Amino acid sequence: MLFTSYEFLGFTAALFLAYYCVPKKCQWPLLLAASYIFYFIAGPDYLIYILATTATTYGAARLIEQNADRQSAYLKEYKAELTKEEKKDYKEGQKRIRLRWLVVCLLLNTGILAVVKYTNFMIANINDVLAAFGGNRQLSFVTLALPLGISFYTFQAMGYLIDVYRGTIRAEKQFFRFALFVSFFPQLIQGPISRFGDLSESLFERHAFNGKTVCYGLQRMLWGYFKKMVIADRILAAVTTIIGDTGTYHGAYILVGMLFYTLELYADFTGGIDITIGIAEVMGIRIQENFNRPYFSKSLKEYWRRWHISMCAWFRDYVFYPVSSSGPMQKFTKFTRKRFKGALVRHLPVHLSSFVVWLATGVWHGASWNFIVWGLLNWAVLVVSEELEPLYARFHKRFLVGKSRSYRIFQMGRTFLLVCVLNLFDCYHALSDTFGMLASLFTSGNWQVLWDGSLMNLGLSGLDYGILAVGTLMLLLVSLSQRSGSVRDKIAAKPYAVRFCVWYGLFLIVLLMGAYGIGYDASQFIYNQF
Amino acid sequence: MEELMNILSELHPDVDFEKEERLVEDMILDSFDIVSLISEINEEFDVTITAKDMIPENFNSAKALYALIQRLEDE
Repeated sequence: MLFTSYEFLGFTAALFLAYYCVPKKCQWPLLLAASYIFYFIAGPDYLIYILATTATTYGAARLIEQNADRQSAYLKEYKAELTKEEKKDYKEGQKRIRLRWLVVCLLLNTGILAVVKYTNFMIANINDVLAAFGGNRQLSFVTLALPLGISFYTFQAMGYLIDVYRGTIRAEKQFFRFALFVSFFPQLIQGPISRFGDLSESLFERHAFNGKTVCYGLQRMLWGYFKKMVIADRILAAVTTIIGDTGTYHGAYILVGMLFYTLELYADFTGGIDITIGIAEVMGIRIQENFNRPYFSKSLKEYWRRWHISMCAWFRDYVFYPVSSSGPMQKFTKFTRKRFKGALVRHLPVHLSSFVVWLATGVWHGASWNFIVWGLLNWAVLVVSEELEPLYARFHKRFLVGKSRSYRIFQMGRTFLLVCVLNLFDCYHALSDTFGMLASLFTSGNWQVLWDGSLMNLGLSGLDYGILAVGTLMLLLVSLSQRSGSVRDKIAAKPYAVRFCVWYGLFLIVLLMGAYGIGYDASQFIYNQF
Repeated sequence: MEELMNILSELHPDVDFEKEERLVEDMILDSFDIVSLISEINEEFDVTITAKDMIPENFNSAKALYALIQRLEDE
């Protein structure tokens, strides 16, 4: 059941109605039932996976917390009798027990994710190696269902478990409440990856009908549908045409393809998240924002603070910080500080930790070398930027450009182009195609296709281009307006006639200009596959 | 406190760490800075800052960071 299907609209409409009709104490159980119905419709076989993650994480978190509570009680009871050393030994012993539960649960759940998502990727690589050594034997690929949203709900559950282990949140006592946290359907398929501490309060509290909240939620959903159906799904035709035929579409076409794909990805992913946040908002539930106008970033580092915020924060808190503060890494840091003076060498441990994060980010995005190289290229650009920072600072000071408006616009344009190039690794399945197409930008010399009418053969008509131009302009204007506060608040402050025209107009645009019809496949949001 | 101020000033000479109270929220310190900082602090104060301690509340100001160091020294 896709967000853009009529079934989904009917499903959410019925849910909204029921949510405010049932007794308030039944609201979260209703959401749990709805989430499992949604997941059951997606694929009955998937249920076992999400149930396994839910049950093991719930159990491990409870065991960890019970152990921590027992430790506190014991230390309190024997405070006077125990020496400092005995207390320390006892604490370390208990911590080891908790760590064991944590590691077992993490390995089990990331193991499930690894098996269903990466088995065939591993088999393909083993077969390549066997073939390279002249072997005739090839391993057969296996058929495994990839449960919907498994990367998202696994990460969300593992984040919860680590937080309980760290003692930053209390473990949820009620199994079914925890089951809802893991399976809450609007965010199940493409995030955001919520933290229990952020989501749980509004997820489980009782909500009375509030006209403004419901209205704002529906408006947010509408804006999401506009991005997804009017922009992303329209431009998809041209992107598919360009990446589907490397023999015909190279050189200048790749520039067009990169720009189109970057626009599609933005409209698709942020649109999907708008729908997710909007659905939750209708029911009074607050989900954290996942984007902060990312294409206005002045550097790649800033971009990754503003794009897919919940995923980046997850990798920062649960991979980057633990790796960089781990014993071996701290020893390595000490070693490099004592032996070497240069900034690059002194930064080496941080860059090494960052390497692990970007490798993991690449792997998380998909079972393909393209994604792994994409992750490592991001890492390389970030390392180079970090190390050249003093040089940039001197340049800015010397030419007094650091704060000028035109230079800031230049920085944004530069970052946007860089992101476009990196996004190309999303498009092609084979690395050779990606690099070949990038090289063709400089070798094909077919720039005339940009103005000789060839772009009209990409599956888009003049009307489509017109709609895309207006739609993109609307995205830009809304983003610019967001700098000074909520756009919905600004519209809400206008007279009724203006508000009616804006929202009814947007509704009509989605209705009349959304990409529908024969050949239109409302199959996937891009991030569903992760 | 003086040693800590020296470490912070070396990292960002242009920042007034006496006054700033939103170092993480205002993105003056990013995750790269925080990781660089903990290595220096661990070595200078002989403490062990773990991932659990690496939250904005502990790094938003020099005062908060110093309080964290003192807490770890006491443990």
